[in-house]
Amino acid sequence: MTAGPSAVSGGLPVGGAMRVMGSETEYGIHAPSAPGANATMMSARVIQAYAQVTRQRAAGGAEMRWDYTDEEPLHDARGWTLERSAATPEQLTDRPPVLDAEAIALAYGRAELDHDGEDESGSLLMNMVLGNGARLYVDHAHPEYSSPEVTNPRDAVTWDAAGDLVALAAVRRLAGDPELPPINLYKNNTDNKSVSYGSHENYLMPRSVPFGEIARGLTPFFITRQIMCGAGRVGLGQDSSRPGYQISQRADFFETEVGLETTIRRPIINTRDEPHATADKYRRLHVIIGDANLSQAANFLKFGSTAMVLSLIEAGLAPRVDVHEPVGALQAVSHDTSLTATLRLLDGRRVTALDLQWMYFEAAAKLAQDTGVADAVDGDGHTHAVLERWSATLTELDSDRAAAASTVEWLAKLSLLEGYRQRDGLQWSDARLGLVDLQWSDIRPEKGLYHRLLARDRMQRIVDDEAIARAVSEPPSDTRAFFRGRCVSRFGTDLVGASWDSVIFDLPGRGKLQRVPTREPLRGTEALTGGLFARHHEAGPFLAELLGLPPGS
Amino acid sequence: MAGQEQQQPQSRDTEVDEDIPATPAPPEGQASAATQGVDDLLDEIDGVLESNAEEFVRAFVQKGGQ
Repeated sequence: MTAGPSAVSGGLPVGGAMRVMGSETEYGIHAPSAPGANATMMSARVIQAYAQVTRQRAAGGAEMRWDYTDEEPLHDARGWTLERSAATPEQLTDRPPVLDAEAIALAYGRAELDHDGEDESGSLLMNMVLGNGARLYVDHAHPEYSSPEVTNPRDAVTWDAAGDLVALAAVRRLAGDPELPPINLYKNNTDNKSVSYGSHENYLMPRSVPFGEIARGLTPFFITRQIMCGAGRVGLGQDSSRPGYQISQRADFFETEVGLETTIRRPIINTRDEPHATADKYRRLHVIIGDANLSQAANFLKFGSTAMVLSLIEAGLAPRVDVHEPVGALQAVSHDTSLTATLRLLDGRRVTALDLQWMYFEAAAKLAQDTGVADAVDGDGHTHAVLERWSATLTELDSDRAAAASTVEWLAKLSLLEGYRQRDGLQWSDARLGLVDLQWSDIRPEKGLYHRLLARDRMQRIVDDEAIARAVSEPPSDTRAFFRGRCVSRFGTDLVGASWDSVIFDLPGRGKLQRVPTREPLRGTEALTGGLFARHHEAGPFLAELLGLPPGS
Repeated sequence: MAGQEQQQPQSRDTEVDEDIPATPAPPEGQASAATQGVDDLLDEIDGVLESNAEEFVRAFVQKGGQ
């Protein structure tokens, strides 16, 4: 094995497309019959509605406010033997405080909060941990689904798509409530009026890889991977003031090369560094540049190709290319649907986005072959499929765009828009084209235009519907999400909360909370904890056996 | 944007699956199954699109996100 540090693997094969990863989706939210409705309030209603669907109250809810604001009391409550690890309160607070229920009450009046008789405290649910290991919560002014940790791009697609079904279940519930306005959710990234919201990816990397190498290796890749996984957008510029069509939803909202922010002056490479895991071993690479994908094939390539480029960087084998003025190049690529524009490299060469993607593909394919993970039979079971799809997609983008339209989301959307333009003679500034763009991402199968194409088999499936439906309630088996999800499903009433790196029990009759750290993403798997869940159906004995185990599980 | 014009060679037309529309609409008169498929699709989508496109799109206003 010539690949990078074995520390990254934690047991996963290195050199290819496998690594711990996950997705975050902020949904666009809109209540057509209630214009001007408070977006945070509507988002909280979405979470509330899903809680009513699942009744998974116990692992989330307004009680979760300790997660954000009452760190010290929680800290005092830990005093327990497994809690000698280096956890800091900050690591529990993975987001700034959202508008909490009390703040909403102050702003909008208590009556607004009392619509749900089940909620004795009269507060709105802002945060849930789901039985599939995901997190569903209000992030600023959008409902967000953060997928459970998975180990490969196919599972990333599955549990990301499961999030759309979670969101759909909440939308259905709200639509059935005669006292509330129906709420639509859109899996897109902009309102075309200067506002963008994110669809993020997370990848676990060894801490030992220098960040400068990550930024250098990823930047040319991120500038150009949109030709495979962009979702397409009607309008140019942040406010869409110039008519036209571009490849990416997000490209026009990026203003700098490297930085910490995610909401202003967005950087191509985000430096947020919260590993949600053992900090001296791991880095969680937080990728903010991607579009939300409905196309499964595009999503698969987004996660798969990016994971492979990270393997290249870890092995010190990323292509040595530096793009002149990356932010301008990012937007130039997005605005060039012909894929013929050339980018200037610092060494003077001029290359197309396709050229750059082929460079990354060839390097990634070579590393994967050298490490053995790419073998169709004896490989890691994932890398071969990523490479096949990556090369097929680049080939089609170059020479058979009609074929690419069943997988490449921006081309699928463009083909629909061109159909309208041809039939009805519409200009790019026509509102109907803007509506097609928006409604493409409506998550309801009967209204969402992506879903209409999927129903006609014009979009390829790579995961079957049953697997996605199972992933709504089932956690991945091979990460700590299994432990988290099973705890929520099995012992929900005994939990006060869970975060990426802990599950917190509050057992009746005990004076203090018991926090089980889950700081190793590849522990807590079904293989390691399935027997424990099989043996115990009550939290007390379950915890007793668990706490009898050596620390670190 | 008129950027669709620099197109791929058409030499592979015979291989195009009839279910998949060419990105730029094929020339008129080439009433292929693909064209018919697009027409059917547009007819279906006409019935699905929200009414009053202009107002619907204008009202879709989001607050900031990440």
